[in-house]
Amino acid sequence: MFHVKQSTVIVVGGGHAGVEAASAAARMGTRTYLVTLRADTVGALSCNPAVGGLGKGHLVREVDAFGGIIGRAADRAGIQFRLLNRSKGPAVQGPRTQVDRGEYRAAIQNAISALPVQLVEGQVADLLVRDGRVSGVLLDDGAELPGDAVILTTGTFLNGVIHMGGETTSGGRLGESPSVQLADRLYGQGLPMGRLKTGTPPRLSGKSIDWSGLELQPGDENPAMMSFQSTGPHLPQVNCAITHTNEHTHDIIRRNLHLSAMYSGNISGKGPRYCPSIEDKISRFADKKSHQIFLEPETLVGETIYPNGVSTSLPRDVQIAYIRSIRGLENAEISQPGYAIEYDYVDPRALTAELEVRDMPGLWLAGQINGTTGYEEAAAQGLVAGLNAASSVQELPPVQFSRTESYIGVMIDDLVIRGVSEPYRMFTSRAEYRLSLRADNADQRLTPKAIELGILDARQRTFFENKMEQIDDARQKMKSVSVAGKTAREAGVNVAGDGKKRDLYALLSIPNVGVSTILSLSPDLAQFDDSILRQLENEATYSNYLDRQVQEVSRVRRYEGLTIPPDFNYQDIQGLSSELRHKLSIVRPTSIAQAERVEGMTPVALNTLIYRLKISRIDSVRVG
Amino acid sequence: MADTIYAQASAPGKAGVSVIRVSGPAAFAGVARMCDLPALRKAGLRQIRDDRGQLLDSGLVLCFPAGSSFTGEDVVELQVHGSLAVIRGVMENLSKLPGFRPAAPGEFTRRALENDRMDLAQVEGLADLIDAETELQRVQAQSSLSGGLAKRVDTWRESLIDAASLLELTLDFADEDVPTDVDTDVAGLLRSVAEDMERELRAADVAERIRTGFEIALIGPPNAGKSTLLNAIARRPVALTSEIAGTTRDVIEVRVDLKGIPVTMLDTAGLRESLDPIERQGIALTRIRAAAADVRVWLDDGSTKVPEGMDIVLLAQDDDGTRGGVSGKTGAGVTELLGRLQSLLESRVPKDALALRNRHRASLERAIASLREICGELTSSPSELSAQRVRDVIRDLQELIGGVDTEDLLGSIFSRFCIGK
Ligand SMILES: Cc1cc2nc3c(=O)[nH]c(=O)nc-3n(C[C@H](O)[C@H](O)[C@H](O)COP(=O)(O)OP(=O)(O)OC[C@H]3O[C@@H](n4cnc5c(N)ncnc54)[C@H](O)[C@@H]3O)c2cc1C
Repeated sequence: MFHVKQSTVIVVGGGHAGVEAASAAARMGTRTYLVTLRADTVGALSCNPAVGGLGKGHLVREVDAFGGIIGRAADRAGIQFRLLNRSKGPAVQGPRTQVDRGEYRAAIQNAISALPVQLVEGQVADLLVRDGRVSGVLLDDGAELPGDAVILTTGTFLNGVIHMGGETTSGGRLGESPSVQLADRLYGQGLPMGRLKTGTPPRLSGKSIDWSGLELQPGDENPAMMSFQSTGPHLPQVNCAITHTNEHTHDIIRRNLHLSAMYSGNISGKGPRYCPSIEDKISRFADKKSHQIFLEPETLVGETIYPNGVSTSLPRDVQIAYIRSIRGLENAEISQPGYAIEYDYVDPRALTAELEVRDMPGLWLAGQINGTTGYEEAAAQGLVAGLNAASSVQELPPVQFSRTESYIGVMIDDLVIRGVSEPYRMFTSRAEYRLSLRADNADQRLTPKAIELGILDARQRTFFENKMEQIDDARQKMKSVSVAGKTAREAGVNVAGDGKKRDLYALLSIPNVGVSTILSLSPDLAQFDDSILRQLENEATYSNYLDRQVQEVSRVRRYEGLTIPPDFNYQDIQGLSSELRHKLSIVRPTSIAQAERVEGMTPVALNTLIYRLKISRIDSVRVG
Repeated sequence: MADTIYAQASAPGKAGVSVIRVSGPAAFAGVARMCDLPALRKAGLRQIRDDRGQLLDSGLVLCFPAGSSFTGEDVVELQVHGSLAVIRGVMENLSKLPGFRPAAPGEFTRRALENDRMDLAQVEGLADLIDAETELQRVQAQSSLSGGLAKRVDTWRESLIDAASLLELTLDFADEDVPTDVDTDVAGLLRSVAEDMERELRAADVAERIRTGFEIALIGPPNAGKSTLLNAIARRPVALTSEIAGTTRDVIEVRVDLKGIPVTMLDTAGLRESLDPIERQGIALTRIRAAAADVRVWLDDGSTKVPEGMDIVLLAQDDDGTRGGVSGKTGAGVTELLGRLQSLLESRVPKDALALRNRHRASLERAIASLREICGELTSSPSELSAQRVRDVIRDLQELIGGVDTEDLLGSIFSRFCIGK
């Protein structure tokens, strides 16, 4: 054996994508640098102090299943936990927590400092490129940091411009400078770029709010934690409150609409349809007399309140006026005004499914820079980029995520195949295998992969293996106990009273049959922890339906295996429309599964592709 | 396990015969319920029966095992008479077999490709096939949806998107200020789509006849003059378009064009009791063809009671045309008969019906059944399951209504509801 130099991965940006990327790369065994503007903003939440939610909670659990940071940090800093859609089935339940902003930042910073990650404070001004490959970064003080792979996770900082009423200032976040030179470099490389916008509401001083008479929203009694390994909240729990806009609020906004940056024509970037500003809500849904506002404490002591639902780019004095027209906020003080921000993003169709820039080898992108929005989306991409940059520099096979097994896979595939037309956010409806990709089984779906990669700490690994053992035991036990139809009916299960015996697992898959019924039929199952039995209940809920999806899933997996070589020439394929040929050469799918999802693809066109692919193989065998 | 798929394939150069191809793991077991399977790779003449044991047709049956079939799966080929009724009957029965569904466009080829059923010699042939399919699909896409039809299909699409997005609204935006009980609206939308599809299927029945032609059966006791009448009709130079004689021993077909409506006239074997087993089979087929025909004309010579279900009853052998009857021998009443047939058929032709192919028909029938089932269980089943099932219906209908993806659902949600905390 001769000594191999340890490879280096440089992560630029200490946001949610950056920290997960650094964590993954470090755990993959590369020398890892995290370069960011300010060490004290690592893990800062730019907007809403909440982690998780519908679809997003799934992503957090998946990152957690890979030993990521976001879930544990959120649990550590959580001051209110709620499982959204608790009354609905497990596939669409989303864990969410309100966090103390400072505690969250601290938890993230602690997690990073516990890893072999070297933090570098500084602004990255440019990329170093050698022989067509990215080979490090140049800091604005002129220092060079060489590395084998660079992961950019600069969020909203590329050519960031902040709008508040008529004022525009350049900035990556309020009070932080934008990255202009770096953006120039990406433009210079000919990467396809676009412009997006988003906004944030004013923050209110907690003391200035009159809470009396506002409807309170407490957290769940049995908090569902974000991380699989957390057992309960760490901090005391607080309430949120709910108030509403009214006609008067709407009047003020309507009268001042022309002053809003969004309406004055200053902003060209496209904003998300699901996160409209209050100006948008009032003009687009004019007949709605009132909009809900959640007052969410940003910290445990509640000195700052985040009014969820009133993001705006109106001038500061108008913000004060409309906020004070709202019940409970009559004397509210604004501690930080709301604003809109416009920024550059890179069209993610320029990326591979490993998030590497196809035409700039050595460069990976993750987070909002790829046109997404949200901490969870950023974190998940950070994980993917970190794992893959580290694999690539160590000449290990890529770590791939399939739509059939994770929300991460769904997101990556959506991004690199479809691109974005507005800031991309996760929804459960994006996952076609939603019934099997649940937040509750993210560890079962993904942790084995992480174990195989060797990136989990011993504690997480043992925890998972014990849990799986118990689940398997309990499932086995349920399947081994069969009861007659009559007995089942007596226990309240709606089955035919025929002579047929059914095992307990089969009974559990019947709608409205839960753990308690099964326990009444076989009391010794009580030896298992309640969480284990609930897990089986979740699994059984959809089992009858999942059988139908198996075929589809296996087809997609097969197509994932039909890989398309990177230099595959679409131009001279007969039988594809020229439009489709053009799309395919932009997206450059790497498998038939990806090609199938390219916009405008038809079954017959796909046949043609599979066919050409197969002949090209036959031809090359013949030639070779 | 993969679905078993079936579709009608044309049989080049063999007019009057249709090939129905079945491919997939359940092909042998499924078709064995309709007839005895011959030995592998050997053609066998078989009686093909429906699930109640009724004879559908007798035709050639061929079985190819997975190793040596075009698709690389078990394949059965049924060569049956090219009559609409026969093909319809066989296809309907296939659709009822477990694990069977109609093939999507290009699906046979897809399976062949996936199973590497190509060696270098086959490759060129397959390329032609793919090109032909592409062209066919283009032409079909243009012709099958036009004008009013396209609009109707768009309405289905929109209603299904609306229903699916209402369900998604309650799942993905539960923490927003949006309606939580959407069951009534969803059921209303789904039901209206199902009802409209049913209407369309009925209309399409007739429309399809326009494409493939109506069948008019001449029925009557032996020697009532059916053949003579048919010959008389066939002899009229304007009417005769083609003649396929002897496609079966017992049924003579003549294709004529009734002012733009293609019609096949069937001269059926005389309906009488017979002891000869072969002739008995012929008579059985005759009854089936006659029963499935669009119009039944009874030539009455007074010798037999007029059976039920006749559309036109005419006095036979009215040689001088004085009694309002018809005569093939002299040609009396023939023009009048054709006029009556024409107006009868015209009254059944709708203005704009979707020219449904068998594949579409089966998809619609499946969709209607699923939609009704979903509506029935909407309140009792978890909404994520209903949402999944609506999506499945949408995907099954993709070929008809176009692809629908999450963006379409989200678009519908964001345009109607104020989302955004
Ligand atoms: C005003 C605003 C409103 C938002 N509203 C919402 C919302 O409503 N809903 C929602 O889900 N999400 C919202 N977000 C988005 C959410 O905050 C981001 O999606 C998420 O933080 C993105 O994570 P990231 O890691 O990609 O980038 P960020 O968290 O932005 O992190 C970027 C990091 O890169 C560093 N950096 C930038 N340039 C350089 C450089 N040249 N050199 C070194 N370091 C650099 C920065 O210091 C920072 O640490 C909003 C963001 C902003 C700014």
